[in-house]
Amino acid sequence: MSIDTETAAKVAKLARIKVEPEALPALAQEFNTILGFIEQLNEVDVEGVEPMTSVTPMRLKRRKDGVTDGDMQDKILSNAPDAREGFFAVPKVVE
Amino acid sequence: MLDLTYETPKPKVIAGAKHDWELVIGMEVHAQVASQAKLFSGASTKFGAEPNSNVSFIDAAMPGMLPVINEYCIEQAVRTGLGLKAKINLTSAFDRKNYFYPDLPQGYQISQLYHPLVGEGEILVDMEPGIARLVRIERIHVEQDAGKSIHDMDPNMSFVDLNRTGVALMEIVSRPDIRGPEEAAAYIAKLRQILRYLGTCDGNMQNGNLRADVNVSVCLPGQYEKYQATQDFSHLGTRCEIKNMNSMRFIQQAIDYEARRQIAILEAGGKVDQETRLYDPDKGETRSMRSKEEAHDYRYFPCPDLLPLEIEQGWVDDIKASLPELPDQKKARFVTEFGLSEYDAGVLTAEVINADYFEKVAAGAGDGKLAANWVINELFGRLKKDDRDITDSPVDPDQLAGIIRLIKSDAISGKIAKDLFEIVYTEGGDPEKIVEDRGMKQVTDTDAIEAAVDEIIAANPAQVEKAKANPKLAGWFVGQVMKATGGKANPKAVNDLVASKLGL
Repeated sequence: MSIDTETAAKVAKLARIKVEPEALPALAQEFNTILGFIEQLNEVDVEGVEPMTSVTPMRLKRRKDGVTDGDMQDKILSNAPDAREGFFAVPKVVE
Repeated sequence: MLDLTYETPKPKVIAGAKHDWELVIGMEVHAQVASQAKLFSGASTKFGAEPNSNVSFIDAAMPGMLPVINEYCIEQAVRTGLGLKAKINLTSAFDRKNYFYPDLPQGYQISQLYHPLVGEGEILVDMEPGIARLVRIERIHVEQDAGKSIHDMDPNMSFVDLNRTGVALMEIVSRPDIRGPEEAAAYIAKLRQILRYLGTCDGNMQNGNLRADVNVSVCLPGQYEKYQATQDFSHLGTRCEIKNMNSMRFIQQAIDYEARRQIAILEAGGKVDQETRLYDPDKGETRSMRSKEEAHDYRYFPCPDLLPLEIEQGWVDDIKASLPELPDQKKARFVTEFGLSEYDAGVLTAEVINADYFEKVAAGAGDGKLAANWVINELFGRLKKDDRDITDSPVDPDQLAGIIRLIKSDAISGKIAKDLFEIVYTEGGDPEKIVEDRGMKQVTDTDAIEAAVDEIIAANPAQVEKAKANPKLAGWFVGQVMKATGGKANPKAVNDLVASKLGL
């Protein structure tokens, strides 16, 4: 698999990271290096091996259904650049 | 288990300018789990709270916060799956669906793409008595809801409320087995009914607790059958997805519009683009959501914050054992046990609370058919007139059963029973005592009726002559006797007496 500058531009856009056009070839090259490294893993035979999802033999932790959190509007909004009447205020996004 | 037999409805056909077209519809319904707290946090799910007050640091995606799953939400999704006769997957897993939007602070939605909790099931969609469509369910997965953006509070800004962020949703995905706008609405109605029976979702569409994405395509007659035989989608047309609808009426309108739009494109020699569209109820049309298209690359990957969800068969069995009687079974039982028509059984089982009320009346009255008539025609009619719900019906099942018992024992006539119902409805009280106290009992005492008949005959010799010539006029005497007895005479007894006295 090879990443061209167009794909690099698309990935940058999806990640909302601004990349100047002249920086794209280098970025694409970096992606290729990373993917090349990961390609090596494909050489390992994992036939019949279950994917390891955790290094500890743990069951997914669960919680009971009860309200134990929330009710802190001021704290939730405290980092917002703009908040009005209890809402986050953001530049207009409308379909 | 009892089952009613049914026939499959005909698909909706739309006549184009050149030839006929058929519709193919699949639905993705988002049903909010009826839980106290959110899927991965302890914040409340209560609707209508102060903005951003039902938000934890997990929902706000503060750095370092980790999700912990709400076991009850999983139980409700399993219960829903069992209610739809679906396969429950003992191992499922959560994935991240990545996209940016102001009401999604994490930058991703935790969902289940690769390993959903619930597999294939089915819903029998009732169209009319004896006609129903079996719609296959592909899967149900559990995911987080997003927050809410409000665009009309400020000319330049959108306002974001994260109260809904992280609330548990069940996404119920159907196969493309729905064949028309009416079937689509009936599908939602049936799904909503089942969810309400199960208690897993309140089905409140107005609050957005049940909303649907509808996939619509059109094809030439015959193509759909080829798809069903092979499950090969290439036999079908290109579909468009109409997003986020929470009204049955709009769903029908949107499907109808969308089908006609696609037909117009195809008949003009064009090609339908697979895309996401939005229905505008004011204009009555669907339009493309271009912004959504760009974001369609969701780059799903397994959520590293959550281990796979493993549940035990024993737990699933316990949930299964606790399932209530579901609408199809209840309806079939009402038909066989009480001899009701399928239509009446359908009306009574629409809401479980109505069905329970009816069963109490039927048991108390000892007559299912009469109980059904009174509940549907008198009680529902009267409640509707007052815009009241059965939960605040002034007449309880015991009272209604009491009225029906009085009819059955011939103590009161059907006409008086309606008056009695009105008294019980407005004033309350024990029907039997009211009848006794107010002298509403039907006069079955032949002597008393006979006296009244004699009196009328004696007072109207001219009418007597006419009736002897024309027996149809006997009805006039019956009417006079009923009037004289305040409607309390047993009509059959009066009829018989009038006939014999007039020598007819």
